Amino acid sequence: MVKLAEWQGKSVFRKYGVPLPRGEVARSPEEAESLVRGGKVPLPCVVKAQVLAGGRGKGGAVRFADSPEEVRAASAAILGSEFKGEKVRELLLEEKLSIGRELYVSLTLDRTQRLPLLIASARGGVEIESVADSEIDRQTIDPFPGLTSYEKRRAAKVLGLSGTLARSLDRLLDSLWQVFQREDAELVEVNPLAIVGDGLVALDAKVIIEDDAAFRHPEYAEVRDDRTELEEIAREKEIAFVQLDGNIGVIANGAGLTMATLDVLKELGGAPGVFLDLGGTDDPKKVTEAFLLMARAKPASVFLNIFGGVTRCDTVAKGLVEAMGQVPATERFPLIARIRGNNETEGIEILRSAGVTSVSDLRESAQAAVDAARGRR
Amino acid sequence: MTVLVDRETRVVVQGITGHQGTVHARQMLQFGTTVVAGVTPGKAGGEVEGVPVFDAVRDAVERTRANASCIFVPAPYAKDALIEAVDAGIRLCVIVTEHIPFHDMLVMYHYARAKGTRIIGPNCPGIASPGNAKVGIIPNVVFRPGRVGVISRSGTLTYEIVNGIKEVGLGQSTCIGLGGDPVVGTSFVDALPLFERDADTDALVMVGEIGGTAEEDGAEFIRHHFTKPVVAYIAGRSAPPGKRMGHAGAIITRGKGTAETKVAALEAAGARVARFPYEIPVLVAEAARSARR
Repeated sequence: MVKLAEWQGKSVFRKYGVPLPRGEVARSPEEAESLVRGGKVPLPCVVKAQVLAGGRGKGGAVRFADSPEEVRAASAAILGSEFKGEKVRELLLEEKLSIGRELYVSLTLDRTQRLPLLIASARGGVEIESVADSEIDRQTIDPFPGLTSYEKRRAAKVLGLSGTLARSLDRLLDSLWQVFQREDAELVEVNPLAIVGDGLVALDAKVIIEDDAAFRHPEYAEVRDDRTELEEIAREKEIAFVQLDGNIGVIANGAGLTMATLDVLKELGGAPGVFLDLGGTDDPKKVTEAFLLMARAKPASVFLNIFGGVTRCDTVAKGLVEAMGQVPATERFPLIARIRGNNETEGIEILRSAGVTSVSDLRESAQAAVDAARGRR
Repeated sequence: MTVLVDRETRVVVQGITGHQGTVHARQMLQFGTTVVAGVTPGKAGGEVEGVPVFDAVRDAVERTRANASCIFVPAPYAKDALIEAVDAGIRLCVIVTEHIPFHDMLVMYHYARAKGTRIIGPNCPGIASPGNAKVGIIPNVVFRPGRVGVISRSGTLTYEIVNGIKEVGLGQSTCIGLGGDPVVGTSFVDALPLFERDADTDALVMVGEIGGTAEEDGAEFIRHHFTKPVVAYIAGRSAPPGKRMGHAGAIITRGKGTAETKVAALEAAGARVARFPYEIPVLVAEAARSARR
């Protein structure tokens, strides 16, 4: 998933006509100050760290400023600092509005009902998880008619809006619905949605774009995220690769089998460090690349657990043997293999000729990987 | 009586001229499936593995009486492929294709349901009943005819587990791989009643994963409506707390969706829950013995 920073979410919102405070992005205290001096952002203003974690207000990552000097000082204090493990590289400067009540609205997916879900609460401005169920209204929206007037009227009632404000909500929800559908979002959240005079303004924006829709949205390809360097290389090669804290490398195929393999290793006292999901590849080159990527993570041992369906066992074995030849002797690590399924016999034979034995019992082979890692700790 | 597929199942493979389509058409034939047609726009008149290729699903249905579809069409075109199959009167569609945007799948699911078509998948291994038919990609080698039903959200883990059932000398009645995407055509709750009614199934294996609440919903059905022994397994007990789906996601699943809540719900519903994949065949063998008594 692509999680958009607040300013990115708001630039999407702007495209669809969601009312927003006036604001600009700054990447240095000097730039922040000049935006204010140049009148691009009116004073007093709000200086907001552009991080994905919530709770910025309480955490000192949102500050108010009345003068260009204060803007510069606040920006200098926030930029470069860490907020819940994220380094702050960008700021959003926005006009400070005089706000009334703070509300909550979001659109997301209800997996069980297989329908979009409109969530509304009059208790905005706080983390929605902390709001009681009785104060949260949920409506499923059928994608065929789309968001209808009666559903928007119900939301207005829940939020305590009438007259001009209800009409403002009507337009805002239409815009958010368009963002949700046309941008292939899995979450569109406005918290708080503030009453400002006789209108509504989105003070924050949380938008998550679905990865699978990337083919329709090349514009999100560059959005930054929290991948490590190796994870980034893996992504370019279309290999699912995740780094954890342990020292055993796991190469498996399919999410379920990968998770089950991690469960077994952990139960046997091992600490999985990197896991790599080959998925349904049928290409020995991709297996070689995956294995070399694994080698770069310097695991204490590697457990290869493959059940060949789309992926054939001999394909995996060939790719593996090729990769082993490319890893320098000093960087080798114990490899414990378990390959089963399509072309199992051929695969096992290829591995055997390269000096690797495939153990068919899951528990036994996992134990061997745990023991091998322990010997090298 | 069987679950969804039987000897009358006549399969059309959408995307048969692609690599995966061709490979799996061949394997479905080797399984004993009646594969009657393939569809790839622009390739009418050709043949793949002796199966005639048509330009459109409607042509395939008119000429070959195909009544089930297996879709290998790439994600950007999968929605159209499904709608074409539904419009041609196909009432069972297995979608193997992965990475279909869920917004597309929402439309596909509700369209199919309105027209009376069942979808299995997407991003799934499909359905197989040894001795009857296979619509999908589960490796043929793991099967042996028998009386254990399998429903799973996983792909390869399903193969592992189905194979384990074979290795303890048992066999399978029908195995359905539901797929693990956020929006699936058939979930545990949809599949469970089919196995409850199936006279060929004595016991059921249910394989779930962390995330979502499909397992909890399934457990609720089992508690009230499922009378056969159930052995369950949930993958991902040791998974690190994943990247969260955002705040709204958290309040939909409130207090559900973890391995612990799934295991607890299944145990409360009377299922035996295996802690590791290799425990499943042992528990299934016990369950099968008690079911026969």
